[in-house]
Amino acid sequence: MSGLSNFYRSAVGKKALMAVSGIVLFGFVLVHMLGNLKLYQGPEKLNAYAEWLREVGSPVLPHSGLLWIARFVLLAAVGIHILAATQLTLRNWQARPQKYKQREVLEATYASRTMRWGGVIIGLYVIYHLAHLTWGRPWVHSDFIPGDVYHNVVSGFQIWWVSGIYIVAQVALGFHLYHGLWSMFQSLGWWNSSNPQDWRRRFAQVFAWIITLGNLSFPLAVLTGLVK
Amino acid sequence: MILDPKIPSGPVEGKWDRHRFEMKLVNPANKRRFDVIVVGSGLAGGSAAATLAELGYQVQCFCYQDSARRAHSIAAQGGINAAKNYQNDGDSIWRLFYDTVKGGDFRSREANVHRLAQVSVNIIDQCVAQGVPFAREYGGMLDNRSFGGAQVSRTFYARGQTGQQLMLGTYQALSRQVAAGKVQMVPRTEMLDLVVIGGRARGIVTRDMVSGEIRSWSADAVVLATGGYSNVFFLSTNATGCNATAIWRAHRRGALFANPCYTQIHPTCIPQHGDYQSKLTLMSESLRNDGRIWVPIKQGDARIATEIPETERDYYLERRYPACGNLVPRDIASRAAKIVCDDGKGVGHGGRGVYLDFSDAIQRLGRPAIEQKYGNLFEMYERITGENPYEVPMRIYPAPHYTMGGLWVDYNLMSTIEGLYVIGEANFSDHGANRLGASALMQGLADGYFVLPYTIGDYLARHMGEERIAADHAGCREVEQEVSERIQRLLSTTGKRTVDSLHRELGHICWEQCGMSRNAHGLQEAIGQIQALREEYWDSVTVPGSGEELNQSLEKAGRVADYFELAELMCRDALHREESCGTHFREEYQTPEGEALRDDKHYSYVAAWEFGGSGGEPVLHKEPLEFDNVPPTQRSYK
Amino acid sequence: MRLTLHVWRQKNHDAQGRFVTYSMADASPAMSFLELLDVLNEQLTERGEEPIAFEHDCREGICGSCGVMINGRAHGPEKGTATCQLHMRKFKDGEVIRVEPWRSKAFPVIKDLVVDRAPFDKIVQAGGFISVNAGGAPEANLIPIPKPTAEKAMDAAECIGCGACVAQCPNGAAQLFTAAKVSHLALLPQGQPERTRRVQKMVDEMESYFGSCTNFQECEAVCPKGISIEFIARMNRDYLRGSI
Repeated sequence: MSGLSNFYRSAVGKKALMAVSGIVLFGFVLVHMLGNLKLYQGPEKLNAYAEWLREVGSPVLPHSGLLWIARFVLLAAVGIHILAATQLTLRNWQARPQKYKQREVLEATYASRTMRWGGVIIGLYVIYHLAHLTWGRPWVHSDFIPGDVYHNVVSGFQIWWVSGIYIVAQVALGFHLYHGLWSMFQSLGWWNSSNPQDWRRRFAQVFAWIITLGNLSFPLAVLTGLVK
Repeated sequence: MILDPKIPSGPVEGKWDRHRFEMKLVNPANKRRFDVIVVGSGLAGGSAAATLAELGYQVQCFCYQDSARRAHSIAAQGGINAAKNYQNDGDSIWRLFYDTVKGGDFRSREANVHRLAQVSVNIIDQCVAQGVPFAREYGGMLDNRSFGGAQVSRTFYARGQTGQQLMLGTYQALSRQVAAGKVQMVPRTEMLDLVVIGGRARGIVTRDMVSGEIRSWSADAVVLATGGYSNVFFLSTNATGCNATAIWRAHRRGALFANPCYTQIHPTCIPQHGDYQSKLTLMSESLRNDGRIWVPIKQGDARIATEIPETERDYYLERRYPACGNLVPRDIASRAAKIVCDDGKGVGHGGRGVYLDFSDAIQRLGRPAIEQKYGNLFEMYERITGENPYEVPMRIYPAPHYTMGGLWVDYNLMSTIEGLYVIGEANFSDHGANRLGASALMQGLADGYFVLPYTIGDYLARHMGEERIAADHAGCREVEQEVSERIQRLLSTTGKRTVDSLHRELGHICWEQCGMSRNAHGLQEAIGQIQALREEYWDSVTVPGSGEELNQSLEKAGRVADYFELAELMCRDALHREESCGTHFREEYQTPEGEALRDDKHYSYVAAWEFGGSGGEPVLHKEPLEFDNVPPTQRSYK
Repeated sequence: MRLTLHVWRQKNHDAQGRFVTYSMADASPAMSFLELLDVLNEQLTERGEEPIAFEHDCREGICGSCGVMINGRAHGPEKGTATCQLHMRKFKDGEVIRVEPWRSKAFPVIKDLVVDRAPFDKIVQAGGFISVNAGGAPEANLIPIPKPTAEKAMDAAECIGCGACVAQCPNGAAQLFTAAKVSHLALLPQGQPERTRRVQKMVDEMESYFGSCTNFQECEAVCPKGISIEFIARMNRDYLRGSI
């Protein structure tokens, strides 16, 4: 146990936990995006998919059982991810009490430099997104019909500023994923000795683009009238 | 005073082994009762401090840098010799011994050199075990190269940074002992004087370079590993902080200074490019393996190198030394460059430079092969000069680099002050009048890892049970007082001239009159000039700031003050030695072909100088040299 | 060349520092950056002012003593170059140059541009060595080491300990320095017995002084020896392997 607590106390350990929780969250956003592609197959398919998510696992598990397990795992991952990030950030802010008058940025990507505030934006967005399309709070979604996912999505995205929020958040997520995915390899010490930079960067780029484009397509499809 | 080198009797190959047996030992449980001060943390000092601590002694190690790792050993590029005979090319301890005695132009002590060759093999084992990443062959075995005109490949190397890697190995060993509480590391601290009580070295007085505090440290023995004095020339390849204050202060307290005129001028350095220049940069000697050295035949030829046709070039080393060509030893290559430049054929800034041309090698081997071998050196050259050596020849010129002279030590590395040991470049012992390439690292580590740790035990064992003096002993207080007064004197001068400007002037005198070639008239003149400049120094130097803070001007001022005295002794030694040997070339003593002419009948001795008091004449003592195993011959590289 | 320098001046650790502006009329493109400071210091001394304190020693780019922020870059605009090897031909005539000391909580300013880098020594003392006493070493060729392995170890071992990695890192992290030493020893067969213990002790020591790595890669960009962040991944892996 002391080994583990020491491990968490160290920044290297915290970064490893951020990487592991990041993998969980990455898996989630990938599957989430892929599932949502059913939007393009029409209301029946999408709503059935939503219902299937609740039923999957039964009768071994109770109704919504697996879904709750997944939600619990995700919540834990989000918790660890945010806690570790906050602790590391506070610690890193203390590492240079006197700032430079001038410090150029040389190699650090835009994505890497916006991880912290990008993370905050994504966090706020997730709360909004849950209130909007999962809980269907009337003060965020005036036309929410429980069980009719297709309707809720389309009617929600038809309001331009709601789509705007989603688009901004997806772009932020894309950047976060790009640096996060690459960083994950580094933090867990995975590298390819022949050319460590290339495949890890490419992996991060490809998946960040796939998820971002997929997610962006939903509000854009509604706004342009492709999906009604 | 009779100098007793304490060389063990018997055949040379058995001296060290028998001596090790005959020396007294300190019981393991008693070692921790002894305190040893080590000044300097380079290859010699760092390895000595670490090894003494491993044995159980309590060590205090001092360096002027912010970290022990930065000592100037770190800048050595080429490699380290060892008689491993891994290449099966006929190397042996005896051959390394022979080469080193001959390379030193028969002015070193045979017994010391043989011991050096003997322990050279242990050094490589030790360094590999420490994790020094020496170059390897594909089979995983250690690689060697030939170096500095040696006929065998016995040089171990780590890219062009062998000194750095050996230094880090030493630093790691030292760090381990610091962590174990056996070494107290005292960085950013400069030794300003030696405490001698009852004829024995009992401690040192230092200045904390951040707070300015002057204090004493007492110990049972003091080891100086503070390097050489090439910075007496102002422009040298040494680090700007390298200084001779520790050995000079010890000299003033009674340690004899041996062979100060033996200063090595390295042939392949980047020439000076302006008056503001602060130091010279060495390019590894390995460049001479493929580069061809030449100057234009015509004096004052202003054409750029590539426009000078083959027939109008003088490849003077190949012409004068057909057998060794561009690979002649350092002293010969340096002097030859000076001769052609004196003749008005030099190139570049002030006509002080010769070409080192790789165009033939690039044509023969292809550019990739040259890049592979010398890529980092070419880059360094381009960074400094802004010229691309793949396209135009490099310009090189000799520069002060290493000093074979230093404090006189006996076979045990003890100076003429009881309990004061001197190791590495700071002593005089192993290289005679000229050091061979890749031998400095070998000597530093030999002294620190394998010689001093034994010999110091013999001394300490003899003083077992004696009371150590306290750091507030009246003898210490007196020295502290003297040190403080000297600092006050420097701070209170009200002149206008900066330390650097005066140091530059001193360096110029030494370089012109006591550099690559010397003559009686010039040396006499130089002594007068140095004395006059020294007086001017104490009147007209300005040292801003106070003594109670980090004050880099003050640090320099003290060091330069000592250089004035050392420079004078260097010239006196050069004047008295009426022969040419190794790096010491007296124009009056040369063969008809212009080679060095030794006078073994009259000068086969170590000149050890005793301090003659401020303003007084130094007193010469002689340690005769005997060559039972390597009969002196004239070095010939034709 | 005419140049304007804004140089950080600070009397000592406790004093308040500030930028002081100096103009130089006669800089030469062939000068090194430190020689420029030398010339400025000569002028200041002659005027009766205190010269600028800055750290330097070998001036060949190997001792790691020198290092300042020049226009917001550790060691200045030329890649793979320590401050002492940076030459003025890399600047334009009339350029304004800002010179600042390394800034990190672990590297307090001692005076002007001089900082205290003692925590680097502490990290090595924590375990950056192979425990072998002088005299106890086996024959050097006993263990063959494949050339690529030796070369890789050498890539890591080249670190000069200047502190530029910490200085440039937005987090003030010392990962590159520590990882270089950890990897150098972990790659070699001689370093195996202490491999796990070493990385844990060194990382723990490092973290007691410095910020932590968030993979910005700024360190690699300013490292005078071009040491790769690959070694940071290696260190992370060794640390994790030892912890779990």
